[in-house]
Amino acid sequence: MFRVKYVFLQFVCLLQEKKEREREMALRNIMGKRVGIGLMGSRALSTATCDVESGSAKSINLYSAINQALHVALETDPRAFVFGEDVSFGGVFRCTTGLADRFGKARVFNTPLCEQGIVGFGIGLAAMGNRAIAEIQFADYIYPAFDQIVNEAAKFRYRSGNQFNCGGLTIRAPYGAVGHGGHYHSQSPEAFFCHVPGIKVVIPRSPRQAKGLLLSCIRDPNPVVFFEPKWLYRLAVEEVPEHDYMLPLSEAEVIRQGSDITLVGWGAQLSIMEQACIEAEKDGISCELIDLKTLIPWDKETVEASVRKTGRVLISHEAPVTGGFGAEISASIVECCFLRLEAPVARVCGLDTPFPLVFEPFYMPTKNKILDAIKATVNY
Amino acid sequence: MALSQLLSSSSRSGNRLKSLSSAISLRHPISTDTTPITVETSVPFTSHQCEVPSRTVQTNAKELLTFFRDMALMRRMEIAADSLYKAKLIRGFCHLYDGQEAVAVGMEAAITKKDSIITAYRDHCTFIARGGTLLEVFAELMGRQAGCSRGKGGSMHFYKKDSNFYGGHGIVGAQVPLGCGLAFAQKYCKDEAVTFALYGDGAANQGQLFEALNISALWDLPAILVCENNHYGMGTAEWRAAKSPAYYKRGDYVPGLKVDGMDVLAVKQACTFAKEHALKNGPIILEMDTYRYHGHSMSDPGSTYRTRDEITGVRQERDPVERIRKLILSHDLATEKELKDTEKEVRKEVDDAIAQAKENPVPDSSELFTNVYAKGLGVESFGADRKEVRATLP
Repeated sequence: MFRVKYVFLQFVCLLQEKKEREREMALRNIMGKRVGIGLMGSRALSTATCDVESGSAKSINLYSAINQALHVALETDPRAFVFGEDVSFGGVFRCTTGLADRFGKARVFNTPLCEQGIVGFGIGLAAMGNRAIAEIQFADYIYPAFDQIVNEAAKFRYRSGNQFNCGGLTIRAPYGAVGHGGHYHSQSPEAFFCHVPGIKVVIPRSPRQAKGLLLSCIRDPNPVVFFEPKWLYRLAVEEVPEHDYMLPLSEAEVIRQGSDITLVGWGAQLSIMEQACIEAEKDGISCELIDLKTLIPWDKETVEASVRKTGRVLISHEAPVTGGFGAEISASIVECCFLRLEAPVARVCGLDTPFPLVFEPFYMPTKNKILDAIKATVNY
Repeated sequence: MALSQLLSSSSRSGNRLKSLSSAISLRHPISTDTTPITVETSVPFTSHQCEVPSRTVQTNAKELLTFFRDMALMRRMEIAADSLYKAKLIRGFCHLYDGQEAVAVGMEAAITKKDSIITAYRDHCTFIARGGTLLEVFAELMGRQAGCSRGKGGSMHFYKKDSNFYGGHGIVGAQVPLGCGLAFAQKYCKDEAVTFALYGDGAANQGQLFEALNISALWDLPAILVCENNHYGMGTAEWRAAKSPAYYKRGDYVPGLKVDGMDVLAVKQACTFAKEHALKNGPIILEMDTYRYHGHSMSDPGSTYRTRDEITGVRQERDPVERIRKLILSHDLATEKELKDTEKEVRKEVDDAIAQAKENPVPDSSELFTNVYAKGLGVESFGADRKEVRATLP
């Protein structure tokens, strides 16, 4: 039931997206945004969304989209490598199927069970000019590698005065609740990484976004942590173009136009927020929904422009509310839009407890919690 | 009557004289018989940088029958957990231990409740061995109040404070440095007790393990690191993940012992030896050569990375429960029927526990906020959008 609903929602979303894209392309031509140049002087990157429309598209789910992106990445760059625990046979979520067969064991290989080793190794590989695509099996296990990411990857270019860098490093990890994951298969650790200048944190919301964003991340000349919403691996199905295309990083997307309140989110949470928006519509509240896509460096201008239009903002994420990335967005918006705000910034997030086992439905920021917060904010 | 018993026992490979004497003397109840029996372990031990414990083990009928019962209970419990998971009564993750029961039972026989055990997520049977009840196991698996962790931990987080079982850890390898900390405390408090820190062959490649080894060796901690080598780290065979799958040698300057983990008597002998060693000389590694019949967890069929022949082969040649059964029968400590009756009893116990656990309620929703911090402290969210936050301070 939920699956059918979700596909229908995606269809609705797609139609709206088309309208948005036309407006955005007009805006973009005015602002003249461009994607970063390639690594070590390799081929320049294409400018985003224009390419998305052309060519044929197939209806696939999230893990297939990511799989396609990895195939393209390895095909177009002979110095790209994919490694991690169990990636050889296809990975526990099937994101890496077919890669080992197609590109060989020298480029797609398993590592032992050592996250710190995997990321450290990836940094070294990237420092030699290669594109190292490391997989951490669950975001919950990324903490042994936290030191390597924060102290090594993020600061390499800075401390060597630009002599060296590990820009070719991309770390992929499935994150987020899945219904029964419990403490160690459901965490959303994006906030920890958003506190580190030097790396980028990117989270896609759907298959089409995932393929484009992942390819941008891999080709971006900075180390990137790419969190994939594991709930959507099979559940999200969308028309994804079969060719090589990229979506720009650090550009938020307004996926639903509105005038009463701005909602900001990322990843799987957006589908929940969208349902809340649709329900709020019935009560006459027009909601504007923004997908942040890149968490750092985040697109302040788009969010600010939207808040200036609506005067109210609500942020929602699965991670616990205290110290979550919503706090950063909230503080920034208050700084720039204080006099414009009609109501306090609302945050509908996970509770301040470890991710629970049987209590998951109470912990999660559900549609009803968001709906209540929308109404409370609009009627402030 | 004695003659008919003689006739029925003549088909057994046991000692005629022995069966005659035992047939004549009243055999029941055999379970209290403590006359020593000497048994040889299946394979000799191999050691690294220490002397090898003797291959001959002293045991008795009571012990063997207890081993049989305990292992049969654990086997039955794990299989019942499998069915419950498939019936969606247990959700989340469930890592089953069947095939490895000898390690839990043998270890427990060699130590006291003062010694600590800490293990990874395949902890159901270790919990039972430490004195946990079946009700606590099934209630915890199903997330009910009567569970050992009050329903808040789940399959991977079983704990038992009064028997020094420090649990059940989800993150691979994280429990080993913890185990060394426990050993330090025991040494400091002069407890004359040791800590067994269990981990798997997959975890053996974690960096924190080597940190723990160095610390324990440097400070002479009574820590026994036990590698439960079931040859597969999830789906990866040991030779694919480790340059040196001789995990007992991985300690380098820390002595090690390789043990047949499917032979409960060998495990018991090794653990006794290790405890003595650790109290005198500091850390030691035990590598238990064992096997799990199920896949890594309930979402793993367990047959994509190994052949069914391999699994059935191990089941036929090395199954720990069968080995004890053969031992009991060959030494005439019980009849085939008695053992089958024990298994039936055990099955009934498990079914009763499941029925009881099913009736048990889930924890109250206020439990979501308890125990985040020490008792009495914490933060609770109120209001429709949970924006009202109230903190209780000491």
